[in-house]
Amino acid sequence: MILKSSLQSFGQYCIFMWKVFSLPDKWKEFFKRYINEISKLGIDSIPLVIIISLFIGAVCCIQMKLNVQSPLIPRYSIGLATREVILLEFTSSILCLILAGKVGSNIASEIGTMRVTEQIDALDIMGINSANFLVLPKVVAMVTFIPFLVIISMCTSLYGGYLVTVFTNIVSSSTYIYGIQTKFVEWYVWYGLIKSLFFAFVISSVASYFGYYVKGGALQVGKASTNSVVMSSILILMLDVILTKVMLQ
Amino acid sequence: MIEVKNLVKSFDGKTVLHGINATFYDGKTNLIIGQSGSGKTVLMKSIVGLLHPEEGEILFDGRDIMKMNGSKMKQIRKELGMLFQGSALFDSETVLGNVMFPLKMFSSMTFAEMKDRAEFCIERVNLKGADDKYPAELSGGMQKRVAIARAIALNPKYLFCDEPNSGLDPKTSILIDELLSDITKEYDITTIINTHDMNSVLGIGENIVFVNKGYNEWVGNKDEIFDSDNENLNNFIFATNLFQHVKDYMREKHKPNA
Repeated sequence: MILKSSLQSFGQYCIFMWKVFSLPDKWKEFFKRYINEISKLGIDSIPLVIIISLFIGAVCCIQMKLNVQSPLIPRYSIGLATREVILLEFTSSILCLILAGKVGSNIASEIGTMRVTEQIDALDIMGINSANFLVLPKVVAMVTFIPFLVIISMCTSLYGGYLVTVFTNIVSSSTYIYGIQTKFVEWYVWYGLIKSLFFAFVISSVASYFGYYVKGGALQVGKASTNSVVMSSILILMLDVILTKVMLQ
Repeated sequence: MIEVKNLVKSFDGKTVLHGINATFYDGKTNLIIGQSGSGKTVLMKSIVGLLHPEEGEILFDGRDIMKMNGSKMKQIRKELGMLFQGSALFDSETVLGNVMFPLKMFSSMTFAEMKDRAEFCIERVNLKGADDKYPAELSGGMQKRVAIARAIALNPKYLFCDEPNSGLDPKTSILIDELLSDITKEYDITTIINTHDMNSVLGIGENIVFVNKGYNEWVGNKDEIFDSDNENLNNFIFATNLFQHVKDYMREKHKPNA
């Protein structure tokens, strides 16, 4: 039964994506909405990304210090390990899990509300491909803007770790900076950026799907919003495993 | 003219429309009436193509939409205007933005021309000066009028209204009815209104289709409705105290010795 409903949902999601990825009726309107979505989903997320990244970077640095107590391990490895954690996992996967909460619930509730207030029906009646009109700008905006958020997150997280070294004596700032420069693998940055593209697609498309097919009223919109966050988070973690296996091994 | 022939629609094996037949005429306010749950909205949504009936024909001036492919259907949709029960205005757009929206999507007008047309439509529904307001700042009646302005922006051939008076006071309801009736005559469009409001029925019902439990049980106009011998229709009409009093009054008045 669960398998059947899962397959049905997946099929419905594929049909939905087919409708989303068709040519826009009016490119001018598409670009207008695209810019608007970049502002709403991307630029508005920058403060959250900065705050979270600063603290996570700081916490990573402190925890690395706690785990690197052996005199045999050089002190600069605190910076090195902090950098690796941030580049490999935090700035793509964890950041996207957080964004799945903020952006995903925003998208699902917006589209869900449009569905229950018949605004989507109004678009359909006019002969507009509502899925394409509403969702494509969101998906494209998320996928194209996520690399900037990831880069901001990478820089801010490393700076968070640096601030810890400035205000505490766990390791000197110069040793930390030496650590984050040592044995730098450029591919890890690309790995984080590429992963984030997949995650951004999952966040925006899954949230849109849950919002688009809402039936009922305000309660169902809330449920759809929650379900979209849960499903996006699970898919992000599953994809993380697959992408890590494919890209790092 | 829109013709519906032998329309059948089911949900999860339960038949909601049982072979509906109806004709809706140009330049007339055509009403679909019936109790809540009788199948009115399903019928209207089937006619506009939001639902897909299992059987039957829906002919828009002879063009059967059930046999049309996507692009032909898209063309028909450009000839439709629809007023939804909850107005369905776009929250993020102003009144002017809402009315201009179909023009932006489907016309090749310049911005100035679109603005002129939208302002004309807004003025036509007596909302001059509300251009910059957002839907949340408007009353229910005003929202309905904005929705009418949006629906007529592209000069539709067919106008559909799903319970246009729901949630409105009687006075505003009459204004909306009169507006719909005037627009129908002015632009010679085929207007179909879903309602269970007897004031509307008696005010603007030029062609009335009574739907009961998914069956089309009576067709007529506002002048014929009181003479009907259909029991279900009579139960529907005289369900309210007001109309019961009217019925008693009429009986009293027409007594042989009165």
